[in-house]
Amino acid sequence: MSEIDKAWRLRTSVVLLRILIGWHFLYEGVIKLYDPEWTSFGYLASAQGPLKQFFLAMTNEAIINWTDGLNIAALIIVGLTLILGIFERVGTVIGIGLLAMYYLAHPPFPWLEQIHAEGNYWFVNKNLIELAALLVIYQLPTADYFGLHRILKKNKEDIKN
Amino acid sequence: MKWTRRDMLKGLAGLPLVGGIWWAAAANSVLSSQKRSEILEQLNIEPSYPTSLPSITGPPIRVGIIGFGIRGDQLCRSLGFATNEWISEMRKEADEDSQHTALEEFLAQEKLNVKLVAVCDIFDKRANKAIASFKTDDNDIKRYKTYQEMIDSGDVDAVIIATPDHWHAPMSIYALNRGVHVYVEKPMAHTVEETYTLREAAENSSARFMVGHQHRQTLSFKTAQDIIEKGVLGHVSMIQTNTNRNDDNGAWNYDIEAEASEQTIDWEQFLGTAPKIPFNKNHFFRWRKWWEYGSGLSGDLLTHDYDRLNCVMNMGIPNSVTASGGIYTHNDGRNVPDVLQVNMEFPDYKLGASQEKGKEKGMTFIYSATLGNGFSRPTFLMGHDGTMELGNKLTIWPDGSSTKYADLLEAERMHPSEPIYQYDPAANIPDAISSATSQYFADKGLMWTYIDGVRVDSTYLHLREWLSSIKNGGKLSCGIQEGFEEAISAHMAGLSYKLGRRIDWNSTEQIIEPIEGINFDEVLLSSV
Repeated sequence: MSEIDKAWRLRTSVVLLRILIGWHFLYEGVIKLYDPEWTSFGYLASAQGPLKQFFLAMTNEAIINWTDGLNIAALIIVGLTLILGIFERVGTVIGIGLLAMYYLAHPPFPWLEQIHAEGNYWFVNKNLIELAALLVIYQLPTADYFGLHRILKKNKEDIKN
Repeated sequence: MKWTRRDMLKGLAGLPLVGGIWWAAAANSVLSSQKRSEILEQLNIEPSYPTSLPSITGPPIRVGIIGFGIRGDQLCRSLGFATNEWISEMRKEADEDSQHTALEEFLAQEKLNVKLVAVCDIFDKRANKAIASFKTDDNDIKRYKTYQEMIDSGDVDAVIIATPDHWHAPMSIYALNRGVHVYVEKPMAHTVEETYTLREAAENSSARFMVGHQHRQTLSFKTAQDIIEKGVLGHVSMIQTNTNRNDDNGAWNYDIEAEASEQTIDWEQFLGTAPKIPFNKNHFFRWRKWWEYGSGLSGDLLTHDYDRLNCVMNMGIPNSVTASGGIYTHNDGRNVPDVLQVNMEFPDYKLGASQEKGKEKGMTFIYSATLGNGFSRPTFLMGHDGTMELGNKLTIWPDGSSTKYADLLEAERMHPSEPIYQYDPAANIPDAISSATSQYFADKGLMWTYIDGVRVDSTYLHLREWLSSIKNGGKLSCGIQEGFEEAISAHMAGLSYKLGRRIDWNSTEQIIEPIEGINFDEVLLSSV
């Protein structure tokens, strides 16, 4: 297989990964946006692990609405940037931050009771894997190959020329 | 512009994808909340929130506590008075575990306009404990050796009675006859005769009388009343309620304190009308195990379950009661049963029928108790159209063969295994069609700690209602009528167990149907 071929395959795979993760984030964000009764209260109030107090503090009556609003906004931003292929690195960093918080609120440590878990996990769960996948996307930007950035970049090049 | 077709495709391919995902998410979200509100609308249940009472203004109400044992201690705490011992113990617990918030909640509890001015306990240690903790610059508390001295002193406006059962009625009657307000623990009377005398005393007294069934304040029960009235469950033909305990404390084997002796306990006063026997620590501390002073499962724990359902269903005294059981798990010298089954029949009960007229009438209330197994069996109200699980939270499932919900079941908008309504007074919103997670939180009772940041103590609410009515009048949620129904039903269960036969209620004459040659009170007080 030629180097060009290899590069094409890698790029295409990363684009696929980027879009799927974006899809996941966008869907979660929009579902919550349209559900007036959704709140992160339960997830945070039942937090465990080393940062438990931090997450409990976020359930404070005065800030829970901000917590919810920011979570929805962040989910949608990550979704849009990854799917559309624009500011993908910004989106990736926000996504990593979100996933790190989800992971730490309910870390799959063997000495903690597993709640909100639909499978069986030992230190590693899907949040952590998705986080690692975002690290790959951060290292291999593809928006100028597949995404709005491709058009914007050309636009800029046109202006320069 | 040198955009190629390829650029456009690869550059803009994300846009329709975003549109599609957005539409799908929004549609799903809106659809499920529509489904939820549609069912909620049809059920039309109105969750009730704490009622606001007129405040207790003017000079503080002067309260005396009679009986400062385990329950007396708890009642005083709900009243706003915690012992030094309890405070230091809770402080220690909180230091060890930040989740332990009992002390914090106690301190956050709104202060009632009362003074705890008198204590009467026949065990020196307990009376002294109350004095040591509650005597402060602005609360002068005095010990009385007898309840008569306390009530006659003119220094108390109201008394809280938390003594063994055989003292409940005599003390209540004494106070009511002298215009002193009474809050008495359940059951309000130990014999059938006392039940009537107490009712008369309460009806003729200017003082307010409240029975300590604090769960009448539990918000889910208030909501359950609304559900029953609106016929959400259809005709309820069976109620199952249970007691499951499997520990020493639950089997009334309380600690026997070292300081107890004939010198520190007024044994004669403890016995009262009970058979005269020599000083016995076991009887003093664990009186619930003997019919002479207590009433076992039927008077102690059945009354809780009966009353909380009576508050929801308003079913009154059963037409008949049968009971059976035995001493199977704690054969330690007690004479009250530790396993007990009670069936109460309400053949005329009808509410919420959804089928053709005349088909549905009558209900059985089943109480099943064991002190030898702690597996939690919930309370179920079983109707033709649905089943309700009733606890601190409340859940309703539709019945697969419901008449009322036939269309919704047919259209698969409802499913027998999915709750159609869930009420958790700690959550802000009623939750129809629960997700697994919210179910989990409710089950765990996690949200309890978060009602406006304060856990609600139902005993506090119950006492507050009583105190408020002393100042402002108003109906009490567990007054003499409710207490009378509870006491008679419990007596019927005790009699049935002891006599091994059905006990009937004569509703015309308002008496337990007499049985020739049998004196009910002798039977109730007898050791076998």
